[in-house]
Amino acid sequence: MKASIYSIKFFGLLLTCLLSINVFAIGGNEQGQQGDERVNTPSEIEEYILHHLKDSHGFHLVSYTNDAGERVHVGFPLPVIVYGENGFTTFMSSEFHHDTEGKVVVEKNDSRFVNYHSKIYELEEGASELVFDETHHPVNASKPLDLSITKSVFGILIVGLLLLWWFSSLARQYKKRSIPKGFGRVLEPLVIYVRDEIAKPNIGEKKYRKFTGYLLTVFFFIWILNLIGLTPLGFNVTGQIAVTAALAVFTLVIYVFSGNKDFWGHIFWMPGVPILIRPILAVIELVGTLIIKPFSLLVRLFANISAGHIILMSLIAIMINLKADLTPVGSTALSFALSLFISVIELLVAFLQAYIFTMLSALFIGMAVAEHDHEHEHDAAGNEVADAEDIRENFI
Amino acid sequence: MDTLLNDFSPGLFVMQTVLLIVLILLMVKFAWKPILNSLNEREEGIQGALDAAEKAKLEMANLQADNERLLQEARTEREAMLKEAREIKTKMISDAKEEAKEEADKMITHAQEAIEGEKKAAIAEMKATVATLSLEIAEKVVKNELSDSDKQMTLVKEMLGEAKLN
Repeated sequence: MKASIYSIKFFGLLLTCLLSINVFAIGGNEQGQQGDERVNTPSEIEEYILHHLKDSHGFHLVSYTNDAGERVHVGFPLPVIVYGENGFTTFMSSEFHHDTEGKVVVEKNDSRFVNYHSKIYELEEGASELVFDETHHPVNASKPLDLSITKSVFGILIVGLLLLWWFSSLARQYKKRSIPKGFGRVLEPLVIYVRDEIAKPNIGEKKYRKFTGYLLTVFFFIWILNLIGLTPLGFNVTGQIAVTAALAVFTLVIYVFSGNKDFWGHIFWMPGVPILIRPILAVIELVGTLIIKPFSLLVRLFANISAGHIILMSLIAIMINLKADLTPVGSTALSFALSLFISVIELLVAFLQAYIFTMLSALFIGMAVAEHDHEHEHDAAGNEVADAEDIRENFI
Repeated sequence: MDTLLNDFSPGLFVMQTVLLIVLILLMVKFAWKPILNSLNEREEGIQGALDAAEKAKLEMANLQADNERLLQEARTEREAMLKEAREIKTKMISDAKEEAKEEADKMITHAQEAIEGEKKAAIAEMKATVATLSLEIAEKVVKNELSDSDKQMTLVKEMLGEAKLN
C-alpha cells in the first residue's frame, strides 16, 4: 500500500518534469533557426564532449530536427542567480535561448549578461557584444559571482534530497524494528561498511565516531553523483573541479582543526631527526599537509570522473567517426560493445573513487588525531632507547 | 593548468560548500546519528545476548557439576546409612541374643534354685513323714512287740526297706 503511494508520488513528479520539458521544447521551437547544430565531424564531437564536461545553466536532455527543419531542444531551464556590479540578478536560463556563444544579451537590473561557453559574463558599459583578445578571453566583460542553480547544483540538490530521504527513512525504521527491511536492508550494510572498513581502521576505535557523519555523507554523496553521471541525464558533478575542490577543502579544514599537539609537533619540529634538518622537514611537511594532500584528493576525483566521461563519450562517438569505414551497423556494434565494457568499468570506478576519497579523508583525519602514546625509554646518557615500535617503523 | 583554472567556477564552489555544509548537518541530525546509535545498540544487544548465552552455558555446566556432586554425595550418604543400619542390625541381634541368654541363664538358675528348694522341702517333708511313719510303725511295732518279738523285727526291716526307696 505504502509502495503504491510512493510510486504515485514518483509518477506525479515525473509527469510534472515531462510537462515542463514539453513547454520548454515549444519555447525552443519558437526560437527557430539556429543553423545546423548536428554533431557529425570529429572536431564537433570534441567540442560536444568538452561542452558536456562543463557545467551548464539549463537542463538539456536531447535535441532533434523536426519535419519543418527546425532544431528542437528538449530540456528545462534553470534559474540563473548572479552577483554582479548591480547586486543580485535572477532570471531563467531560457532567456539565453540555448546560446553559449555570447550572442544573446540578456538585459536585467541595468546589467547585460551573455553566456559564453557556459559562463556568464557581464558586459561593460556601452558594450553590446563580447570582444575577445587573441587568447579568446573576453576583454570588455567581467565575470560576476555565478550562484546559479546550474545543472551541477541541481544534481547536488537532487542527490542531497535523495540521501536525506533514503537515510532518514532508514533511521526511522530503527524506531520500530531493529533489522530494517526493504531498501533499508541494502543501505544498512553500506553504512556499516563505511564505519567498519573506512572510519574505524583509519581513525581509531576511540575517535572515529565524531568524523563518521562527515565520511558517510561524503562517501554516499560522491558515489551517488558518480553513478548519476553515468546515466544519460548528462550530469558531470564530480567531474567539476569546483565541487571536488570544495570536498577536499572540507577534509582539509576538518583535519587541520582536529589535529592534536603531536600532529603539529611532528610537522613543525620532527622528533628523532638532526636539528638542522628539522626546519627543512617542517616546510616539506607543511606544504604536504596544507596543499599536496587536499590537491591530490581533488585532482584524483576530478580527473578520474572527467576521464571516464571523455572515454565513454569518445567510444559512443565511434558510431559516427567510423560510420564510413565500418558501415553504420558495424560502427554501432563496435561502439556499443566498447561503451558497454567501459560503462561496467565506470560503475566500478564510481564506487572506487568514492571509496578512495573517503578512505584518504579518513586516513588524513586519523593521522591528525592519532595518539603517539608510545613513550620512549631513555638510557643513562639520556639517549632514546629504540623500542619495538621504532624497529617496526624502520622495516616499513 | 590554464584550462583547469578557467574551468574552476567560484560560484559553483560557493554553492557546493554551502549545500554540503547543510547536507552534512541534516544528514548527521536526521540520519547518521540515529542510524549509528541504533546500530551500536543492536550490536551491543547481540554481544550482550551472546555473553548471556555463554554465561548460561557456563552456569549450566556448573549446575551439572553440582548435580553430579550432589548425586555422588547422596550416594555416599546412602552407602553410609546402609552400612550403619547393617551394623545396628547386627548389634541389635547380638544384644538381643546376649540378653536372651542372660535371661535364660537367670531362669535356669532360678529353676535350679527352685528345684533345689523343692527338693529340700520334699526331703524334709519326706523325713517328717518318715519320722511320723516311723513313729506309727514304732507304735505298731511296739504294740506287736508286745505280742511277738520276731514279727516286730521283720516289720521294722520291711518298713526301713520301703523308706529307703524314697
